Parts: sequence; C-alpha cells; structure tokens
Amino acid sequence: MASVRLEGVKKTYPNGHVAAQGLDLQINDGEFMVLVGPSGCGKSTALRMIAGLETPTGGRILIGDRDVTVLPPQERDIAMVFQTYALYPHMTVRQNLGFGLRMRGAGREEIEQRVEQAGRALSLETVLDRKPAQLSGGQRQRVALGRAIVREPKVFLFDEPLSNLDAKLRVETRAELARLHRRLRATVVYVTHDQEEAMTLGSRVAVMRDGFLQQVAPPMELYLRPANQFVAGFVGSPAMNFLPEKEVPSALNPRRATLGIRPHDIQIVAPGTGDENAYVELVESRGSEQLVYLCLRGNNQGPAIRVVAPPETRVAPEQTVGLGFDRERLHWFEPEGGRRVE
Amino acid sequence: MNERKWWPVLALTLLVVASAFPFYWAILASFTPEARLFQGPSLVPGHLVLDHYRALFTQRNFWVPIRNSLIVAGSTTAFCVGVGSLCAYALARLQFRGKLALLGFILAVGMFPQISVVSPLYMLLRSLRLINTYPGLILPYFTFAMPLTVWLLVGFFRQLPAELEEAAMVDGASRLRAFAEVIVPLALPGLATTAILTFVYSWNEFLFALSFTLGPERQTVPVAIALFRGMYQVPWGQILAAAVVATAPVTLLVLAFQRRIVQGLTAGAVKG
Repeated sequence: MASVRLEGVKKTYPNGHVAAQGLDLQINDGEFMVLVGPSGCGKSTALRMIAGLETPTGGRILIGDRDVTVLPPQERDIAMVFQTYALYPHMTVRQNLGFGLRMRGAGREEIEQRVEQAGRALSLETVLDRKPAQLSGGQRQRVALGRAIVREPKVFLFDEPLSNLDAKLRVETRAELARLHRRLRATVVYVTHDQEEAMTLGSRVAVMRDGFLQQVAPPMELYLRPANQFVAGFVGSPAMNFLPEKEVPSALNPRRATLGIRPHDIQIVAPGTGDENAYVELVESRGSEQLVYLCLRGNNQGPAIRVVAPPETRVAPEQTVGLGFDRERLHWFEPEGGRRVE
Repeated sequence: MNERKWWPVLALTLLVVASAFPFYWAILASFTPEARLFQGPSLVPGHLVLDHYRALFTQRNFWVPIRNSLIVAGSTTAFCVGVGSLCAYALARLQFRGKLALLGFILAVGMFPQISVVSPLYMLLRSLRLINTYPGLILPYFTFAMPLTVWLLVGFFRQLPAELEEAAMVDGASRLRAFAEVIVPLALPGLATTAILTFVYSWNEFLFALSFTLGPERQTVPVAIALFRGMYQVPWGQILAAAVVATAPVTLLVLAFQRRIVQGLTAGAVKG
C-alpha cells in the first residue's frame, strides 16, 4: 500500500475546458478518500490522472515516493473499478479476474489460486466459467471489484462504482466496500456525485467544484463545519437552508452574512413562541420523520425553509407555526464568495 | 391487412428475381452445350453437360489464374487488415493534430481514378522489376484497398467502449497488448467484414491485373476470363463456367463468415 500525493495538478483539455485548477491533495496510506462534487467538477478527471489515463498539464502526482506524473497506467501498480465495470466481454469471469495477473507475468498456478480465492471472497465461485453477459448487475459489479483486488495493488481507484446498481443493492454493496476496505487496509480513491455515499464511505472527503478543491475533511467535520456555502449546501440531506442577510430573524443577532441552518436544526413550536413565524405549505411524511416545507411570510411569500420534524410533531399544511433555531448550529457565510464566517 | 402485405411481397419478389436471374442464367448457360446456346436457349434446364468446365480445366488450365488470384487477393487482404487495423486503431483512439485532415487524405487516395495512375505505376513497377510478379499486383492493390479498410475499421473500433482498453492498461497491459488481447477479439466481426470486402475487391480487380501481368503464368481470374475471347469467336459457355468458378470462393467465404458477423453483432447488443 502507498500514499498518493497531488501537487498543484492542473488539467486543461485541448478544447480549453479546465478540469483541474491546481489540485493539492495528500491521500494517506490506508485512507479511504472520496472525491465528491456535482457533474463536471473535475473529480473524474482527477481520478483518471491518478490512474494515468489522462496526463496532467501541470503539477506532479506521486504514488508512494515515486513521481508517476508521466508514467503510463501499466507502470503505476494501481487497480481501477469503472462505472460501467468494463469487463472483457469475450472472457470468462475466471479470465477477467486473472487478466491483470497474467499481464504482470504471474505463473499459471498462482493465477489459478488467487482467482479462486477472490471468487470465494466475493461469492462468485459458481459463475467463474460464465461470460459477463450471463451475469446479473450485482455479479458484474463484484467481478469488477474482484479484478481489482486479486492484484493486490498499491492503490485502488473507484469511478462511481455503485451508480449502475439499484437502490437496495447499492446500500448493500456500499457496506461491503467499507468492510473490504477495513480488511485490506488499502489506500482508496473513490469518486462519486452522491454526497451520502461520500459521507458513509470516506475516511476523508474532498469536495470539488469547477476544478477547485472546496474542502478536504472527515465527513463529520464537513457536516458540522462546512468551509463555505457550496460545501454547506452540497453535504447533508435535505440540503441546508440559506437566508440572505436581510431575511435573518432579528432574534438571531444578524451579522453582515448569509445564515445557513440545516433542516434538522430547526424546531417547530407554537406560533409566536419561536424566533420567527412561518406558513406551512406542504408536509411529507417519511415514517421516521416529517419533512415540512414552509415560507417565512405567508403562502408562497418570502424565503422558503425546510424543516425536518420528529414524527410526533403535529403539523398540517396552511397552518402558521413558530420556528426555533438551534443557536449552536447556525452557520454564517460571507455574502460574496460564500466563505465561512466564525 | 391483406392489402397492406401484398405490395411488399411483390416488390421483394421482383427484387430477388432481378438480382438472382443473371446468376441463374450464368449457371444454366455454363452447363448448356455451346450449340444450344445459340439456337434459342431455354429458361428451363434441359440436356445439361459438363463440357465447359472440363474444357476450362484441361484446355485452358484455369487452375493457374485461380491460384494467382488466391495468392494476390489473400496476401493483399492479410496485409491490409494487419496494417490497416493498427492504423485505424490509432486514428480511432489517439488524439493528435491533423487527424481529420489525415482521414480525409486517406479517403482521397481511395477516390483516385485507377486509370490515371496506370502508366506511372507501370513505369515505377518496371524500374523495380516487379512487372509480372505477385508483389507487382499486391502493392498497388494494397494502396488502393487500404483507404476502404482503414475507414471501415475506424468505424468499428470507435464503437468499442474506450473503457475496455483503459481497464486493460490499468490491469498492466501495454497499449499494443490491450489492442491484441481486448480490442481485436471484440472487433473480430468488423475485421471479418473488412477482410471480405478487401478480398472481393482484389479478387475482382481487372485494370491493374491486366496492365501489370504479361503472360498466363501470373494472370488473375478476371484477366484470364477476358482473354478467353478469340479473334473470331467468343466461347460464352466457358466464360460463364469460369465466372461461376470465380464467384464460388467469394460466395463461400461470405457464407462462412456471415454466421460469425451476425454472432458478433448480437453479442455486442446485449452488453449491459
């Protein structure tokens, strides 16, 4: 296993699109680093540069202590799981799993043994002699995973590996990935656009936007102390509420800044007893909680606010209620640029 | 409902008859005695003989042109697909300046009227002492068949997801190895199609074959057939028999590969 370091890595495509604007990122040995951001933020490009499938137009990439910036993928000792799995359709599962070992000149017996081992670990024993076309989506996903782990590479790279699975399988596989990481103590770089996946899997999460790193931190820190308004809005579900300076209730000692507050950090109370009154537009019941959509100044008037309320809270549409803001959980952001204000 | 189905059936029947009739006629005539051919031939087979075929292989020694054609067309196809696939792969995958111009240029070579290069090519081949040799035909065929090969293969390679070879390279294969182990097996239907078309082109080529060969020992099938005509007579029976013999290998080839092509297409379709 090894660490990965990006030093001022830049990537500008020939058509002028800038996918990475000087990334500095240290991924420690054994760490599960998640790159997350909306589509087009440069996370996939960053991963492909670590893999050697794209060449940076500036900066350096190091795996361990070795500068690999211009090395081709086959000389980097990495493994990658692709979003489409990229299984070789003309080979059996066994051949797919053994391909990387064969390319690196492993002996026949060693290949056989390690393929069997990986097959057992991923419960693929019964399908080893099938072709990818005869497998279910989940099995294909596991073959792609197996192809990466048989090789015992220095670094694992994942490019949205769960996005082709249905919701139930995705949650299961997510847990399996977390277990796998704990067992192998592998260095992992994992790309996703799903903040929930990022939060549940990452030892640390790097949030990207427009080719810039926004914040690199453990999931809880991202959630509790987002570095800017973008990260605050991207992390957490449902997304954080933002109130521009002028709309902030006077009870909260407004600053010259935008207020951010998570839907979980607002309480619904009797009208007039909270920091502000609001008009209930819609209530979605989710069983374990209710998601309440409100407007600060009457029906469809003023800024919209979402609140997550416990199931026992009695709240109905077209009602006016009071809102209590948790003083400990207020976030303030500069109106311009959106940087966090302490 | 019936009315709707009636017209396509008729149109298809006409189309099949129109395209199959010359074949039928050629085969029938190749088995009909020469004398009968000129005295009111009949559409219905009757009194069939093997005279023309016998004459073809005894008097005419038709084995020689067949051998020549097989060697020339076979080598041309092997070279074209071998070199062309590498070239097409580069054009399909690599990013480099002037790629479009290069593709256009390759296409332009294929558009060149053959007749305009016959005499310069003749001079060139003569100074290389390649007139009346196999390489003297294979080289010009190679240049003229190459554009088609490259264009067809670029199309096939582009259809294959780039992630497959990226996966192979991450798995430790060099680009060439990834090409050989992953791309070529998957592009096999495309390679087969391209090979057939190249083979058919070289098999039927006439102008170069006529210009660059001198005697029967290097003549290809089309040239040999054309030279069947005597000063005073045209041996139609033998010409048609030769045409049937010349068409057979190509037809067999296509039939043999057809299953492969269809197989490949359906295997690609169910990729999940």
